[in-house]
Amino acid sequence: MSELRLTVNGGEHVLDVPVGTSLAHVLREELGLTGTKVACNEGHCGACTVQLDGVPQLSCITLAHAVEGEVTTIEGLRDHPLVDAFVQADAVQCGFCTPGQVVSAAALVAANPRPTPDEIRHAMAGNICRCGTYPKIEEAILSWQG
Amino acid sequence: MARLIRTEKEVEGRYEEVWIVVEEDPLEQWPEGPLTVVGRPAARKDGHERVRGEARYTADIRLPGLLHAAVLRSPHAHARVRRIDLAPALSLPGVRAAVGPGEAHGLEEEAGFAGAAVAAVAADTNGQARAAVEAIEVEWEELEVVLDPDEAVRRELLTGGPRRDERGDVDGALAEADVVVEATYRTQTVLHNSLETHQAICEWLGDTLHVYISTQYIWGVRKDVAEMLGLPEDKVRVVCEFMGGGFGSKNGADEYTFIAAELAKRTGRPVRCALTRREEHTSAGNRNSTIQRLRAGARSDGTIVALDGEFTNSVGWSGWSAPTEGPMRMLYACDNVRTVTYGAQINTPPMKAFRAPGFAEGTFGLECLIDNLAARLDVDPLELRRRNYADSNEGTPYSSKNLADCYRLAEPHWERRHEVRARSDAVWKRGVGMASQIWYGGGGPPSYAWVRLASNGHATVITAMQDIGTGTRTAMAQIAAEELGLPLEQVEVVLGDSARGPYASVSAGSSTTPSMGPAVRAAAADAREQVEDIAEQRGLPKGTPIGEVVGLLEEAQILGKGARGPNPTGMTVLTFGVHVVEVAVDVETGEIVVERVAAIHDVGRIVNPLGASSQVEGGIIQGIGHTLSEERLLDPATGRILTTSLDAYRMPTIADVPEIVCEFVDRPDEHLTNLGSKGLGEPPIVPIAAAIANAIRDATGADVHQLPISREEMLRALREAELRAREKEKRGAPASV
Repeated sequence: MSELRLTVNGGEHVLDVPVGTSLAHVLREELGLTGTKVACNEGHCGACTVQLDGVPQLSCITLAHAVEGEVTTIEGLRDHPLVDAFVQADAVQCGFCTPGQVVSAAALVAANPRPTPDEIRHAMAGNICRCGTYPKIEEAILSWQG
Repeated sequence: MARLIRTEKEVEGRYEEVWIVVEEDPLEQWPEGPLTVVGRPAARKDGHERVRGEARYTADIRLPGLLHAAVLRSPHAHARVRRIDLAPALSLPGVRAAVGPGEAHGLEEEAGFAGAAVAAVAADTNGQARAAVEAIEVEWEELEVVLDPDEAVRRELLTGGPRRDERGDVDGALAEADVVVEATYRTQTVLHNSLETHQAICEWLGDTLHVYISTQYIWGVRKDVAEMLGLPEDKVRVVCEFMGGGFGSKNGADEYTFIAAELAKRTGRPVRCALTRREEHTSAGNRNSTIQRLRAGARSDGTIVALDGEFTNSVGWSGWSAPTEGPMRMLYACDNVRTVTYGAQINTPPMKAFRAPGFAEGTFGLECLIDNLAARLDVDPLELRRRNYADSNEGTPYSSKNLADCYRLAEPHWERRHEVRARSDAVWKRGVGMASQIWYGGGGPPSYAWVRLASNGHATVITAMQDIGTGTRTAMAQIAAEELGLPLEQVEVVLGDSARGPYASVSAGSSTTPSMGPAVRAAAADAREQVEDIAEQRGLPKGTPIGEVVGLLEEAQILGKGARGPNPTGMTVLTFGVHVVEVAVDVETGEIVVERVAAIHDVGRIVNPLGASSQVEGGIIQGIGHTLSEERLLDPATGRILTTSLDAYRMPTIADVPEIVCEFVDRPDEHLTNLGSKGLGEPPIVPIAAAIANAIRDATGADVHQLPISREEMLRALREAELRAREKEKRGAPASV
């Protein structure tokens, strides 16, 4: 076990977890933040996306002890206007990928509040949705009121 | 009033005769068109919960003392366990129990595919369980591996006998036809890849087994588990509040459930057994590959006189032989149709239902063949489809069919082909193609719902169904709100627990809305009638809003109950549609881009147009993956799976999505229930592959014959088309495409 200091959604945590533990595991199992989903656990699908200092990061292939900076998860973005935009646009079906989609989208609009469809497709291409909510995700990001 | 009837029950094209108790369905259908709540777009009732990451999936459930199971799977496509030693696993830290072949249902000595479950371990952590599984010692006896479906058919290695069907005189009609076209089409193995992997948590409390599971069928899991464990069904409670996708692969309990139940029994603790993504690729089921050898004969006026098909479903080690021949038998009016379907049992992972099983594959073959025929006859493909319009389902009347309206609505999209083709250049060729859709989706009894109405004018719909992500909670709330005359915000839906609601339908076979919707409406109507009765006793004028009447109730509640009535007797309930697709093909590299899809479907009354458009878009996008990029590959020598990650198995991303236009006929089926709605989950995936292939033919003259239409297949088809054109030129005929 090894001490881990982590700032998540503005709160500081001091934990004791084995070196080699993924950030996703720490968030879900140690901190109970199950909004971050793990769907492939090998960095291919984007469901586990969190922000590190505002930049999207795949938490399932990020070593917790290597994290420097502030982690933002979906729990820290629950009041983001994008959430309502996603709901109104029906940009959610089964919803398993959706928290990761919102985390990626929030990083996009923070850097670029009015992205074009092409910019959305570029920024969101790492988040797989098997239900195929993509057209509605694009609509949600185009229509959000920040 | 309940009565016992003998009826045909259909799920995904499989019929069985059953005795069933049904209740009368005396409610008149609502008038056609948007009503106050039903037929109007509604955002999801559970949208915020899901989007904010608050919805609790099976993967998120944390029970005190929870153990984690890992499964040892066969590395061989066909082998028998000669000797197995679990002791090395049991001696590792954190390991609490281990089970081997025969100790839980689904753990078997004979492994029929690479990925078959053999043994399992429960440990304190997932990592400990995975390490322990690696320590299990197995001595394998490798057995003969059969991977070629044609070989399996030759050797009669079949899952059940061949399915033969013939009407009319096919050989005679083919001999007299003016034109005969013939082709072999192949479709590949594709994977569901739901983002939440297959998983269950089992916990024994007293003599009752509690199963938390990601499932499309709470009651099916309850039945499977009770049967396998020898328990009364009431001693199994199944819970699924939210689930992360299924697409047909989660219709029952599977080995992971039985493993968790057994390990929970042995340890006295709750056990989770969750598949990894890699196990999803080897052991969670798939849409099987098919070979379709097809012939069609027609008169020069475009009348199809004969259809002949030999279909081989590569079912795999287990599963069932899907109705790949269905579209050939049902889509067109044709007096002479002969089909034979083989289910080849080979040493590949098991087939499981996947969004319109059989029909998605069979429509690719048939609708490509029909366009081939249209080209030979020099008849417009839309016109050819209209000329062969079926007025009955092999002699049985339809409960409703508005495919002609779909064709009419498709016209403006079809007309674009001249302009689309004109945008071609030397490298990028553009074209437009179409394909029709036929599929089931009528649902059926039994299904039940309760409605609870409180004095604050809020209603709760209670039924032990599941919302697999299709927006079930929302649609059911809309139906109840409409019937009760309440705003949507005042209706909640409680579902997902077999102990807390009546029996509900499987969420498969596009059956949720047509099965559950009428039951919910009936329950709401029962509650409404009770309220009207109270109003009358109180001397309130007729038409007093429900909210005002129930305000008098204080702690009392109105409880309504409703059941799904029978399907119309002597009629076939089917869904219809047509897709018109625009593509661009780079004839130098074989790259294919789907640029636009217009989808028109006839599924009876639309309850939620917003959710319905999401279903259509999702089906189309999944279908584009099946058409262009997805393929489960295996080593042809050993049968081991080569594509075991989402990197190797390529599903569409947001960057692959075309413009999608979605339209509905939106006319209630007057013979089907008090609602007139059919299902929509599967129809949109049915015609998309053929429509893309037909658009490719329109753009380039090339005939593609297999899925996925890889660049290799595209370039092969382009070369073949070029050779064909040259041959024609040599013979002095003008080259045409």
